[in-house]
Amino acid sequence: MSQENREPEPNLKGTLVSVFIVGLIIIVMWIAVYLMYEAR
Amino acid sequence: MIAVQDRKLALWNIGVAYAAFLIGTLCGLLQVFIRNDALQLPAWLDYYQILTAHGVLLALIFTTFFIFGFFITGMSKSLGSFGPKVRLFSWVGFWVTLLGTVMATAMIVAGEASVLYTFYAPLKASGFYYVGLALVIIGTWISSFALVGHYRVWRKNNKGQLSPLFAFMTITTIIMWIIACLGVVATVVFQYIPWAFGWTDTIDVELSRTLFWFFGHPLVYFWLLPAYMAWYVIVPKILGVKVFSDSLARLSFVLFILFSIPVGFHHQLTEPGISNFWKFLQVVLTFMVIVPSLMTAFSMFATFEIAGRKNGGKGLFGWFTKLPWKDIRFTSIFIAMAFFIPGGAGGIINASFQLNEVVHNTLWIVGHFHITVGTPVAMTFMGLTFWLIPYLTGRKFTKAMKMLGLVQIITWSIGMLLMSTSQHILGLLGAPRRTAYSGYNNHPSAMEWFDGILTNHVTMAVGGSILFVSAMILIYIVVMTMFLSPKAVEEKDLVDFPMAESDMSRTPKWLENWWIWIGLAVLLIAVAYAIPLSHMIQHAPPGSEGFKTW
Amino acid sequence: MHLHKYEKIWLVFGIASLIVFLSVVGVSAFSQDHTPAGGMETIDPKKVNETAPFDNPGVTQLDDDTYQVAIVALAFGYTAPELKVPVGKEIVFKVTSTDVVHSFTIDNTKVNMMVVPGRITTKSYTFEKPGTYLILCNEYCGTGHHMMYTEIEVYEE
Repeated sequence: MSQENREPEPNLKGTLVSVFIVGLIIIVMWIAVYLMYEAR
Repeated sequence: MIAVQDRKLALWNIGVAYAAFLIGTLCGLLQVFIRNDALQLPAWLDYYQILTAHGVLLALIFTTFFIFGFFITGMSKSLGSFGPKVRLFSWVGFWVTLLGTVMATAMIVAGEASVLYTFYAPLKASGFYYVGLALVIIGTWISSFALVGHYRVWRKNNKGQLSPLFAFMTITTIIMWIIACLGVVATVVFQYIPWAFGWTDTIDVELSRTLFWFFGHPLVYFWLLPAYMAWYVIVPKILGVKVFSDSLARLSFVLFILFSIPVGFHHQLTEPGISNFWKFLQVVLTFMVIVPSLMTAFSMFATFEIAGRKNGGKGLFGWFTKLPWKDIRFTSIFIAMAFFIPGGAGGIINASFQLNEVVHNTLWIVGHFHITVGTPVAMTFMGLTFWLIPYLTGRKFTKAMKMLGLVQIITWSIGMLLMSTSQHILGLLGAPRRTAYSGYNNHPSAMEWFDGILTNHVTMAVGGSILFVSAMILIYIVVMTMFLSPKAVEEKDLVDFPMAESDMSRTPKWLENWWIWIGLAVLLIAVAYAIPLSHMIQHAPPGSEGFKTW
Repeated sequence: MHLHKYEKIWLVFGIASLIVFLSVVGVSAFSQDHTPAGGMETIDPKKVNETAPFDNPGVTQLDDDTYQVAIVALAFGYTAPELKVPVGKEIVFKVTSTDVVHSFTIDNTKVNMMVVPGRITTKSYTFEKPGTYLILCNEYCGTGHHMMYTEIEVYEE
């Protein structure tokens, strides 16, 4: 790990929240079409 | 500034790209009005002829020429000026591709090739249409090998070093492209051309479809990866930061070599001749190719957050407001990325095995590729065009052009949002794709589709018209920056190629050992295709004669 | 190669979601027989009209609970006389083409089949609601592609 400590880890809290929003959009869209499939 | 001969080469490629863009978008405008029943074509022109031209000129020709213009510029910038051989073969590749384009387009105009850009047999176009398409592919191979040659010279002179990120990504894209094209070349050269010229009587339809889709899915990655290159290499520079992670950027690209090809069956999920086992296996492999895009999403947000925090953004989302929103080079690409969120999510749905039955060949698919290639890719290319042409011509990118660029991007976004949302919903309701105006004799089910606030013909036509206005603004910008804008004389007016610094100190060397990736790719292709393809060939039914049903 | 802690979280979450998606469709497909249209049967595209079951297209009752519907697609229509099937019974659709590629797509159902000359596409479906359903072609097949449609009537027994 020592050579990886040259720079402190950047603060990426906003990134984490943002990608989870992306993930949520993917999951919601997928479930919506899955339910449509089941309903047919 | 790169060598003047290399600039000329790039400019010719970009010029042809925008000539195709001009005709292709005009076809798009006609289509929305025909579908709206607001336009009757003259007898010598057919809806499906225009649809073929729209698909070929935008999806195949605009993208391909632009990509090579971008690659040539970036390779010359990152690895140095081309040698005489590289330059010669780049020109040969350009002319062969152009010759093929002209041949295929002439056949479409002559009404001899209304078979759409997927040209499914046994619809039989003129043999010269297929020869034209084959020349397009061969031309891109020649251009590709020229760039590989340029890269090899650099590697020889820089032994043991990792290549610059731009060059690495260019070579990745080219390797994937060359392997992918083997499928379409096989079907066009050994099936379509002999059949279309009458040397053979029949064609094995399912085999031709399978070979086409071996190529058809990596084709979309051939469009997407150059956009990703802009996102990884250009955007950080505009934001004033380094590439978020050099090794992860490279890793995500090599994953595309592995997983973008052995997945073509997910375009054939509802057809016969492939057993469920092999369809599902390729569905699983398709899901693997989502992973590098998930990695890319993280890298992009991280780049934004680091840049925004550097500019004083505080809190969870303060960085977002500190991004250079007035810089059209950035804003265009940011919107392009935003469109890829629903675009990518839609792609996951399409590939989800039986869920494909809900959307297959409906207008949803049309909406899907307009918010993947039609916006994330195309708008990234627009965002590159704004500075790439002035960089190559040495002209100014004036304030007026920047304003127009903003108008262009915003109109494209609005037009696409209206049109693609409408198409997605219509598709879920069941409306088919690739049709001229049709109400199926005013069938109540068909009437229902077009009854919604968003799903009526007017919304799609309004969207399409706004898109066309946007396209014409872009053509104006292209012409101005190419020929008419004032020359940049002073240092401050010179337009730069923004190429971000990428810290390679922690990047493992094996990432650039291409034989590993080519070997694994071939292995995966063998696993995914060898058995079902040989079964298909061994158990082939009697072939089909050609039909000209238009 | 170094991954930021949050990127690890994101990738684990993303890959887990993909595995869940795959498991849901995989289990539903292979344990409940919800597989998409397909089939491995071949046929001579020039001899369709003399090959069973297409020599006698239309509805055939196979047993108490199963009906077969044989359809020939061709530019620009379907050779299918009076399509009438009962609600709540398993209907096995078998479709092929005598010319180019078409589709056999029943609006508002899971029946969305590619029809490839030389091949027989099979799909089994049970209608839950009576009514008249629109059948259309959603694969480009020529000038009349947008005119290619028919209907199926689902009746209550």
